[in-house]
Formats: sequence, structure tokens, C-alpha cells
Amino acid sequence: MTTLSQAPSRTLTRLTGNTWIRFAARRAGRLVLSLWALVTAAFLMIHLIPGDPVRAALGPTAAASLVAARRADLGLDDPLPVQYVHYLRDVLSGDLGTSMTFNLPTSQVIGDRLPATLQLALTAFAVAVVIAVPTGVLMGVLTRGGRARRIELGFTGTSVALGTIPDFLLGVLLVYVFGVSLGWLPVAGHTGPASYVLPVLSLAIGPAAVLARLLRVQMVTVIEADYMRTARAKRLPAAVLYLRHALPNALTATITVGGLLLSAMIAGTVLVENVFAWQGLGDTIVHSILAKDYPLVQGIVLVYGVGVLLVNVMVDVAVALLDPHSTTIREY
Amino acid sequence: MAMNTPAPARTRPAPRRGGGWLAVLRTPVGAAAGLLLGAVLVLAVIAPPLWHDQAATINTGDLLKGASSAHWAGTDNLGRDLFLRVLVATRLSVGLALLAMLVAVVAGLLLGTAAVVVGRRAARLIAAVVDIAVAFPGLLLALFFAVIFGVGTTGAVLAIGCATAPGFARLTQTLVAGVVARDYVAAARIAGVGRIRLLTRHVLPNIAEPLVVNATIGAGSALLSFAALSFLGLGVQGASYDWGRLLGEGLDGIYVHPAAALAPGVAVIVAGLAFNLFGEAVAKRIGLTGTGQPPSRGRAARPGAAPTARTSAEASTDVVLDVRDLTVTVTGPDGPVRPVRGVGFRLLRGEAVGIVGESGSGKSMTVLAVAGLLDERLQVDADRLTFLGTDLLSGSPRDHARLLGSSFAMVFQDPMTSFNPALRVGSQLAEVSRRHGGLNRRDAAARAVDRLRAVRIPAAERRAYQYPHEFSGGMRQRAMIGMGMMGSPALIVADEPTTALDVTVQRQVLRLIDSVRRSAAVATLLISHDVTVVGQVCDRVLVMYAGRIVEELPASELATKARHPYTRALVAAVPDMRSDPHRPLPVIPGRLPDPSELPVGCAFAPRCSLADDRCHRHEPPLETDADGRRVACWQADAEPRRGSDFDSRADVTPPSAHKTDARTHSAADAPAAPTGERP
Repeated sequence: MTTLSQAPSRTLTRLTGNTWIRFAARRAGRLVLSLWALVTAAFLMIHLIPGDPVRAALGPTAAASLVAARRADLGLDDPLPVQYVHYLRDVLSGDLGTSMTFNLPTSQVIGDRLPATLQLALTAFAVAVVIAVPTGVLMGVLTRGGRARRIELGFTGTSVALGTIPDFLLGVLLVYVFGVSLGWLPVAGHTGPASYVLPVLSLAIGPAAVLARLLRVQMVTVIEADYMRTARAKRLPAAVLYLRHALPNALTATITVGGLLLSAMIAGTVLVENVFAWQGLGDTIVHSILAKDYPLVQGIVLVYGVGVLLVNVMVDVAVALLDPHSTTIREY
Repeated sequence: MAMNTPAPARTRPAPRRGGGWLAVLRTPVGAAAGLLLGAVLVLAVIAPPLWHDQAATINTGDLLKGASSAHWAGTDNLGRDLFLRVLVATRLSVGLALLAMLVAVVAGLLLGTAAVVVGRRAARLIAAVVDIAVAFPGLLLALFFAVIFGVGTTGAVLAIGCATAPGFARLTQTLVAGVVARDYVAAARIAGVGRIRLLTRHVLPNIAEPLVVNATIGAGSALLSFAALSFLGLGVQGASYDWGRLLGEGLDGIYVHPAAALAPGVAVIVAGLAFNLFGEAVAKRIGLTGTGQPPSRGRAARPGAAPTARTSAEASTDVVLDVRDLTVTVTGPDGPVRPVRGVGFRLLRGEAVGIVGESGSGKSMTVLAVAGLLDERLQVDADRLTFLGTDLLSGSPRDHARLLGSSFAMVFQDPMTSFNPALRVGSQLAEVSRRHGGLNRRDAAARAVDRLRAVRIPAAERRAYQYPHEFSGGMRQRAMIGMGMMGSPALIVADEPTTALDVTVQRQVLRLIDSVRRSAAVATLLISHDVTVVGQVCDRVLVMYAGRIVEELPASELATKARHPYTRALVAAVPDMRSDPHRPLPVIPGRLPDPSELPVGCAFAPRCSLADDRCHRHEPPLETDADGRRVACWQADAEPRRGSDFDSRADVTPPSAHKTDARTHSAADAPAAPTGERP
């Protein structure tokens, strides 16, 4: 009897353990592949620019000798594969080249600007989640099974409208209302907590609206599920019913979109930083593109890309934790 | 966010309905969006020739003026009218967006249909590249390509086109994969149709509509993206201007002159919204998006305090459940409908009662109403509804929750969906005891393990830490029974507990329920459409038809002494070893009436061979005989006509769409007995 019940159990333990290991291995493999693709794309970027990037950067009036010297500096005269190998080696050792406009190591310029951008993006994401989750859950519960049609219509309409206004336009609008008309909040720079309000809101409101709308739909669907009937048969109080039984299941689908929104938010900082003169990476990348400071552009693109890839990994892990079944399903 | 250009993937290919694009204009949202889009497009065409010169007129007397009746949006630093400039900029803004979308569509189509044209390896490589690219936000890709293609109008068009292409390619891939899997494409392949011809003739026409719809939505996003690039100074340059550029210039002077920034901003939003909304409206119209709205159900009043005639003699401690004249009312658009009409029954301690009837006869709704698990918008009325002596029609819901939570167990039909996939099995059991039994986390967990063991789950301690998907169906159903045993159950209601299970597992589960009943004197109420099962495990059987109990009798008499023609028909529809293999299986002709269209008289009369005039005119009451058996039939004591009780026509499809009556159907080619010829 004991052997009968023990034998399959040990096999199962091994299998469960393997599911997670396999999931981690698969996910890590994909991350490495994506990172390699990212670095390669950053490398190719400069070589895909029509004409001579150095000539373009220094302008048509620069002396030919200067251009040649700079080309040699950057190693642009080596054969492409050699340059590629050098680039990979440099990136891996943390050397992202030298910024032409700042005359500083690119990594140092990025290091100076990155914290401001990170603060902005992460605060905005936190605010978006804090707004979206309670709103979505509440709306889902209120409008479950086709209840409160008017509230549903009003909410959906508002959230669609807020979700479609692009962040930088929302920023301009907020600047006008709270900065210019009411004069309550600073509209530029990065000085103290008050200066965070408007940039964070311009980044957060759109994604919050999208998330809340999605979460409502998910909640409404989940509330109709068989296992919710089971939970109701257990006579659990409403809070337990909706927060413990419904929310995790509703979040699983929402979290994927939440990840997309967070990566979009990382990119959105570029625009919002420009609206609010926020001295971060986004502000810097635009200036460096205009100044044709290619090593700096390359470096910042890499940083943004890595940020997006990390967000994607976090999303997959979060989904796996919320929905254990997903680890056993093979992705494409 | 704004630049997240890849169009949303909509996988379901559209049904070919040509009227979709025009019909969408008849919906309110579609009409508004169409009108808006039309206005934007007309403006794009007519604005530059009408106002280009005026918009370019430098007026040094009117520098940086605010909004006025002469200049609705004020003037810029050269005194040019900003309102006119915003109007004139429509063409460039919309035109460039469409151009960028064209680039995206062409590139996306090339990448997305590559799987059909190129070899398998190349197709996989392309798919992998697209997959990686899609993971990056549109703006990041746009910036990347802007560096390659250079700052300026052409560069920006190409950059936004290339940035949008991966999303479009992904969509195309999905759609193509759906079409290629269809039979006629496979047939064309076998017939030797070339790859290119396959693509142009079979694949593209079938994915054209969803692609166009998504391109329309995408154009809205491209418009926003273009505004963003121009705003950053990476788009339109020199003397030409679009909305993004006007916005960027306006923002610098927003303190002095807010209209200069707001006017182009509003223009961008309106135009972007026009494309987006119109695309979405069409998508919805032609069925690309499934916004599954549940059918509207009317509001019904909360169950009012129904009269409770309490007779003290009957409040015996042995009565677990006492239901009298239970009615469920749904208030629909065509007035009230009553799927359950005056049902009454009693359950004694340790008793096993079955409810049988076709799907839709009101079995499940009856028990859900008793359990208080129906949607509160359905009205439940009863003369009496007591559980363990507690009146469930009055009193505090909190007290009821405690009583029902610990003593009233439910086992549902599908064990696959009845457990919460996100929570461990053990904790789903334990929360019953934590909530209603006052146990702490540790004790509740221990009890959960103990109960899992009681329902013969092997290695219960480890199993308790697993998730439902790691359990087999039979094991889940046993765990569900264990969940009901967390408290001190007095009643287990099992609603078709075995229908979703393998035949071999069915028996185990039924036996388990039965052993629980015997060991703890728990009453069980088993709902089933399977007369045989109910006959085997129950003491008494209630037969339901069209929301009423039509017969109640001891299970042992089911096969021999049933008096209602419907009961006899249910019994006869089950083949047994004595069935004549050469006769078709008897079926009950006709179908269960819809609760909203009940016939006058006996609801079964239209399907009953014994029905006479009275049956069609007056509904028979449920009469109790001396032995406590009940039947509602005018012909209850009439002798069934031999052999002709029910048509045994094989050409009649089984009318009573049984939920999953595997037994009867799989046995359809097996022997069948003519009715009424049982010994």
C-alpha cells in the first residue's frame, strides 16, 4: 500500500521540480538570444547609416584628416567582423565607447542620466498599478453579470478616451491646466517631489486606464467561472471571494498587458522627459540623435532595450507564479 | 504608450461580410467615427489649397498674439495665424501617417507571408526576428530606425513604417497560419498550385479584411507616432510643418500663449481617435473582436420574505432540508418566466435522494435556489425553506453563511473547472475551516490533509500543496467531496458529479459519496439525468419535468412501479441486458418545453401517448398516495398501452439533448427494449 502510493509521488515531485527548471532554462535561453540580437542591432545601426557617420557627425566642413583620425579612433577602418568582435568584447566589459559631444565615456553619461529616468518610469508604473487595480476590481464587481449598465458604459468610455490620449499630449494638457492656468505645480525640471507629479501623471494615466478597463473585463469573466461558484458555495465573505479567489485569476491575463505597458512606459519617458525638460536618458537620446553622437545613441538604445527585455522576463515570471499551469505549456 | 504602434493581434479571421464597412455607419459609434474620419480626410484634401497662402502670411504687427476673433488660436512668432496653420498641417500629418502605414503594411506583409513562399528554415528565422522585434515598444524601434534613416520627413516615414512593421507581420503570420490550415488550401497545395499563386489567390483574399481594418487602426497610431517624432524635432524639418512640429514650437511658449500648443494637440487627438474608433467599430462589426457580452437579464426584486407557515410538529430534528412550494422567477423582456414552479420535498438525516429529469427541467436551478447560490436577480420564493431547522428565508445572512458553509456541501459537475486554478488544493479546503470552523492556519491545513486522506487521496500531505491542474479529474472530484467534509456536513448536494468523468472513475466517486453518507449520516441529494445511477445509489427519486416534480417514488420501484409516463419513458430509454438487439432504442418524441412557452395543461402532454383532452386543458396536481409516493398525472393509474407507450422510431433523433449522456448514446447501436414489456 505504501509503496503503491509512494512510487508515483516521487516521480511527480521530480516532474514538478523539472517544470520550473525547464521554464527557467527556456526563459534564460530566450533572454540571452534577445540580448544578443539587441547588441547586434545596436552594432549594425551605425553601419546601416547611409554614408559616413563620422563625416555626418563632424559636418561637411570638417577637415578630411580629422575625419580619418576619428574613424581610426572608432575602429571604423577595420573589417566588419573584426569590429563586431571588438564591439561585443567592449559591451561585455562595460565599455560603450566615448560620447562625441560630451567627450566622456558613454557609460558615464548614461550612469548620470539613468537614475532620473528610472525614477520617473518606476514611479509612474507604481502609480498606474495603484490606480488601476482597485478601480478595475471595483468596476468588475459592480458590473458583474451585466449589472449597472450605465456605470459600465461611463467607465468604459472614460477609460478608452484616457487610454487613447498619447502621454506627451496628456503632458501638454496637464502643463496647461495645472502649471499655466492654476499654477499649482512646476512644469519643468527635476526639483523636489512636486516636480514629479505632472510627468508621472502624464505617463501613468493612459496605462492606468487601459489596465483598469482590461482588469474589469477579466474580473467580470472570472466571476462567472465555475470555481467562483464553488467559492460562493463555501460562503466566503465578498472580500475573500473577490480578492483571494477572483483577483489572481483576473491578473494573469492583465499582467501580460501590464508588462507591455511598462515597456511602453520606458519608451514613453523619452517624450515626457522632453515635455518636462527632465534631464534623463530620453532627453539625452534625442539630443544625441540630433547631434549625431552615435556612440551615445548606441549606448542609450542598448540600455532601453535591456530595460524592456528585463521587464519581459519579470512579466513571464510573474505569470508563472500566478498561474503555475503556464510553466508547463511550451511557448512557440 | 502613445507610440505603441503594433496593431493589436486579432486572430479570428473575419467572416466575409461585404456590408460590414457600410453597415458600421449605422451604429452610433461607427457613424460618429466615420463622420469624424471623413471630416479629417476632406480637410486634408481641401485645407492646403484654401488656406496655404494665408497660413504662410507673415504679419509683423501681430506677433505671438493670444486667441482672438481674428485669430482663433492666436499667432506665432512671425504673426502667422495658428488656427489656419493647424488646418493646413492636416494634409501633411495625415498624409505622412498613411505613408508610414503603407510602408508598415508592405513590410509586414512581406515578412508575415514569407512562411508560405520561402522555405521552412527561412520562415522560422523571420518569425524569430519578428518575435524579438515585437517585444520592443514602437517608439524605441522608431528612434532606432530614425538614427539609421536620418532625421527628416523621409527618415521619419521609414522609421515609423519599420517600427510598426513587426506588429503587422505578427498579425499577418497569425492570420496566414489560420488560413493555411484550412482544407481548401491544403487541397490547392496537393493539386500543385504554386506558392506565389497560393498566396495571391487563396491566402491574401482571405486575410485582406482583417488586415485593412488593422491598418486603419494602425494609421491612427502612426499619426500619433509621427506627431511624437516631429515634436521631438526628429520628423518634419525646414519650412514645412505638421501638427507635431506646431506642438513642439507651441510648448516652448505655453505660458505666454497656451493656444499655440493646445490647438495642434487637440488636432492630433481628434484625428488619431477618428482612425482608431472607425477601425475598431468596423472590427467589431465584422466580428474581429469578440466582446462577449452576456445576454441582458432583467432585474428581479430581492427574494421577499415569503410566508413561512411553520408547523412545529414537522420541525423534527431528523429533517435536514424542508422545501415547500419553491418558485424561481426570471424577469425577462417578455415578462416573468418561471423555470422552477412550486417544488417541494424533504430530506431526512442520512437519506439519499435523487433528482432526475432532462437537461432544462429545473433540477440544478432548484438546488442552487435552495443553496442560495442563484444570481440574486433571480427571484426565489417559497412557502418554506429550512435547513437543519433554520429558516433560510429570514434571518441574518451572516448566520446562514456560517451554517451553510460548515454543514451544506456542494459537489459540482465539472471538477476541471470547479477548483480555483490559482490556489493550492489544500488551501482551498482549509479556508472553509478557517472561515467557519474558527481554526488557525496550521490546524486548518492539518484538517485539509486529514480530509483529503479521508477521500482516499494518496500522499495527501504532498497533494495538499499541489495546484488543481496537477490532480486528475477523479481525484479533483474526490477533493471536492473532501472540501464538503471540512465542516460537519449534514447534506451533500451533488449536481451531476460524474458526468464529466471517465466511466471507471464515476463509480469510485459515487461510492465515495455513498460511504460518506453511511459513515456520518449525511443526507445526499444527487442530481442526474441518468436514471440508472440514481436508481442504484438513492433511496428515493424525485422526477422533474418542466420545472415541477412530476413523480416521487422509492428508487427500488423505479423500474417496475413508476406511474408517470415520463418516468417510465426515462427508464425505458436505458438499454439493459434483456433489451432486444434488433429493435431501435426507444426515445421520447418531441422536446422539453421552454419555460417561457409552457403549454396549458400538463407540460408533458404534447409528448405523451396517453394524453387526452383533460391533460391538454388542466395541469394535474401532485397527489400523495397512502405510501407517501407522489405523482402528478391524470393518467397515473391507467394501464400503459403495451409496446406503444413511446414511439420506438429510430429516425427520431434523441430529442432530450442530454448534457453528456455518454451511456445512452454510446449504447445507441446496442440492444434496446421495447417499452412496457419488462417483467
